[in-house]
Amino acid sequence: MSPTLHSILAFVQTWWVELLCAVLIVLVVPLVAGYIVLVERKVMADMQARLGPMRVGPHGLLQPIADALKLLIKEDLIPDNADQFIFWLAPVLSMTAALTSMGAVAFGPWFQVARDINIGLLFVVGVSALGPFGIVLGGWASNNHYSIIGALRSTAQLISYETTAGFALVSGFLLAGTLNVRAIVETQRTDQAWYVFLAPVGFVTYLIASIAETNRAPFDLPEAESELVAGYMTEYSGFRWSLYFLAEYANMIVVASVGTTLFLGGWLRPFPNVHWLGWLDAAPTLLLVAVGAYCVFRAGKQPARVQSMFMWAVAFGCFVVAAIFALAAPFRHLPLQFMHDGLYGAFWFLLKVSAYIYIFMWLRFTLPRFRFDQLMRLGWHILIPLALINVVDVGIALALSSEFGVNRWLAMAITTGATIGAAMLLLRWNDKHAAAASAALLADSSVAEGTHAG
Amino acid sequence: MNILADTVHENIAPKTETLLGADELVINMGPQHPSTHGVLRVKLKLDGERVIGSECVIGYLHRGVEKIAENRTYQQFAPYVDRMDYVAAVSNGLGYCEAVEKLLVVEAPARARVIRTILTELQRIASHLLWLGTHALDIGALTPLFYCMREREEILKIFEKYCGARLTTHAFRIGGLQYEAYDTLEKDVERFCKDFEGRIQEYSDLLTGNSIWIGRTRNVGLLNSADCIALGASGPVLRASGVKWDLRKAMPYAAYDQYKFEIPVGTNGDTYDRYMVRIEEMRQSRLICLQAIENIPAGPIMARVGKVLKPPAGEVYHAIEGPKGILGYYIVSDGSTQPYRVRIRPPSFINLQALDKMIRGHLVTDVVAIIGTLDIVLGEVDR
Amino acid sequence: MLDSFIFYFFAGMAVVSAALMVTRRNAIHSAVFLITTLLATAGIFLQLRAEFLFISQIILYVGGIMVLFIFVIMLVRLDVPLPQIRSRTQKWIALLVALAVGVEAGVVLWLARKVPGQGLLIPNAAPADKLPPNTEELAKGLFGMYLLPFEIASVLLLVAMVGAVVMAKKRTDA
Repeated sequence: MSPTLHSILAFVQTWWVELLCAVLIVLVVPLVAGYIVLVERKVMADMQARLGPMRVGPHGLLQPIADALKLLIKEDLIPDNADQFIFWLAPVLSMTAALTSMGAVAFGPWFQVARDINIGLLFVVGVSALGPFGIVLGGWASNNHYSIIGALRSTAQLISYETTAGFALVSGFLLAGTLNVRAIVETQRTDQAWYVFLAPVGFVTYLIASIAETNRAPFDLPEAESELVAGYMTEYSGFRWSLYFLAEYANMIVVASVGTTLFLGGWLRPFPNVHWLGWLDAAPTLLLVAVGAYCVFRAGKQPARVQSMFMWAVAFGCFVVAAIFALAAPFRHLPLQFMHDGLYGAFWFLLKVSAYIYIFMWLRFTLPRFRFDQLMRLGWHILIPLALINVVDVGIALALSSEFGVNRWLAMAITTGATIGAAMLLLRWNDKHAAAASAALLADSSVAEGTHAG
Repeated sequence: MNILADTVHENIAPKTETLLGADELVINMGPQHPSTHGVLRVKLKLDGERVIGSECVIGYLHRGVEKIAENRTYQQFAPYVDRMDYVAAVSNGLGYCEAVEKLLVVEAPARARVIRTILTELQRIASHLLWLGTHALDIGALTPLFYCMREREEILKIFEKYCGARLTTHAFRIGGLQYEAYDTLEKDVERFCKDFEGRIQEYSDLLTGNSIWIGRTRNVGLLNSADCIALGASGPVLRASGVKWDLRKAMPYAAYDQYKFEIPVGTNGDTYDRYMVRIEEMRQSRLICLQAIENIPAGPIMARVGKVLKPPAGEVYHAIEGPKGILGYYIVSDGSTQPYRVRIRPPSFINLQALDKMIRGHLVTDVVAIIGTLDIVLGEVDR
Repeated sequence: MLDSFIFYFFAGMAVVSAALMVTRRNAIHSAVFLITTLLATAGIFLQLRAEFLFISQIILYVGGIMVLFIFVIMLVRLDVPLPQIRSRTQKWIALLVALAVGVEAGVVLWLARKVPGQGLLIPNAAPADKLPPNTEELAKGLFGMYLLPFEIASVLLLVAMVGAVVMAKKRTDA
């Protein structure tokens, strides 16, 4: 056996779990992203008093697959004056960054690619920060004014809000004392508190910054359809466009995972150390059985035979997964413990991530869009100072509790109160400032009237 | 005069040359753009994202409505006016019918006038609802559009029951009404008005106090009363800048003199004020409808006009307060069955002239909000 | 075996894209290749288990500085020749610098009495995965032993930043 082959075999033998996870991520995430789109459309429809996709499969369940097929067989357009190489490269970059950054996310205690990487969450944040390149380069390469404005906006926005997100994460890292993903979750178990309760301001600033980082409404200025047509994506179509789309949704999963890991207790079930709440462990099984039963109930009411068969298939799938959960339940202390932990951990983790993403959607359908200067003012005048103050306050609280023996919750309550007070002051100051700024804008515009075009 | 030609900017003094020469950007907003409400094309000259000059290019939807009028009899032309402001066809029809009636020196019977008032006010609500939905969408709020469409659907159903058409209704005839009101008209209108009270509150709850909405609309697209009057702006655009001028009160037509209602006015003349004025106008329209259905007089629905209309030679100008502003018809008759000349004063066209003044110094984002707040319909601008 | 394969992969990528960066006429293409170079270097850091260095390379250089580079390149017209920047002496200065760097590298290698590729002069280096976690080590170094230089450097950066803002502001006011 040649040494090359041998070393490759040895590599695979050592790392097969990680390789498997990586392949799973690459295969499953696009599908999941497609279904998040469907869920988003359904949630949107529900909030807007309509039904949403209903045609392809029962309740539109096959819509994402139909959409993906349509996008794949569309004509591959590249504008004449576009920079071909960059135009090709940009969406790939976005997608690569999003998928790579998932490498260090732990979906449950046993599903993680880069397992013992020392920088943990920092890897996720750093690599996903490469995503803007795809947007900027794509916008530039399209050779379209709307695209380039979208690209410029997104760069400025991402740089600003990444700073906020970084500081918000620092407040969580301070509490955890480590960057390692698993260690962060485990400290939340030993601390007996999700960090969202210890550092609520950190969580809120991270939530806002993460919405801005993923270009979601109300911060979706780079692709604001009513102003910039589609922003940086204007010239993209077909498969390249879908890569951008997948990257956006994959990024949503990434930021939601980071937020969940650091602030929402990762894969821990709610109150992991409270014994009488142990029945919560049965929640995944019960939930899946309920979904399956609903599908059986609806199957008879489907108009077409294919659709009712599909419903039966979904129900069957739910029952199978529920059975797996139920079968794994007794293995809590046996050698197969990893199976139990992995399954249940993944369930809770994904549940929290879904809730996080649901907030994204909810805000998107409710709020109008910011204007660019307002976005920047919010970022630089409010969120960044607030996140900075929060880091200092969390540090003070930690020092109080470790050096002076003040109760941890009390220390946190005091400093959080201080941070919120600072936030109020910032907001008031900003209101005053904003009025002055808009007055200045108008004064300027009256000057501009001198050069009349009409 | 094409000042904003893509290569030369003659009206801009040459800037001091910087090392790497960044310059202005000219972008074409429209005619295919998601938020120019049709086929409006605005050439924008940008410094960064600030607008430093603009030029509206219109006419993409020109159908020669005024010329068509010269080759049609008076009755034949009536359906054409529906196609100008196609989201407020009933109001267009009312203006035209009343103008011709004035020319013929006849007056529609009282019953016809009340029903006309009811339908026109419903149409005003429908038009404002469509405006609210699309305006909110332009500013990035997705959901109000669907709520507004739901309400508008109720109104269109009433139209459909009344005359069979939903959009281009051709609801009125010269001299009165073609159709008698259907049996449950009052009940339908009453039910709509009852539901609508809570609904309008719901929509304004979504937006009125929302700080993003306020930030996007306050002090955006300012137009003071003097400018409004100089530019001939009318309707909510005029009233938002504090001028209390509404033809329904100033020169009452149809049956408006019988009803009590307020004319909402703004103070600043910004986009937020125009929003508030329109929201309040919907409430007032609802009140007018409620008053009107209480007492619809009995009697004929058509005045005595012949089958062939031959107005005496002469000219007439008649204007009504359409949802978007003053909608005027100037008709010259030479005594034949066809008008010699019809000139239409479309509110959208005249309000659009304020666009350049309003968007200067604002960001591209605001241009969208300002086009939305003018509430233009390109069918009416281009005719 | 695999280690050296990975190393040569990243090293080759770094060298090739560095060469491409210098030779491209299109500034954006150059920037893209510079990004590739930086990423390849980051990859080598990761292979050396300098994880923190790897991620700061990515966050700061690639995610921060290069985005700004591209931002600037996009905003200005680069098809205009820049006579102010081109000068005859530039070529010679570049040659001189290149020579100096080359000589330095040669001297280092000669002093180590090693041929490149056989490992360099790290005396009694522990295997990378046996080292203590380097984020903590780096923090201890920065905030312990080198606290004063670190603070001086950050003050210096602050001064530079404020200075840049002041200068830019003066430009727009005028």
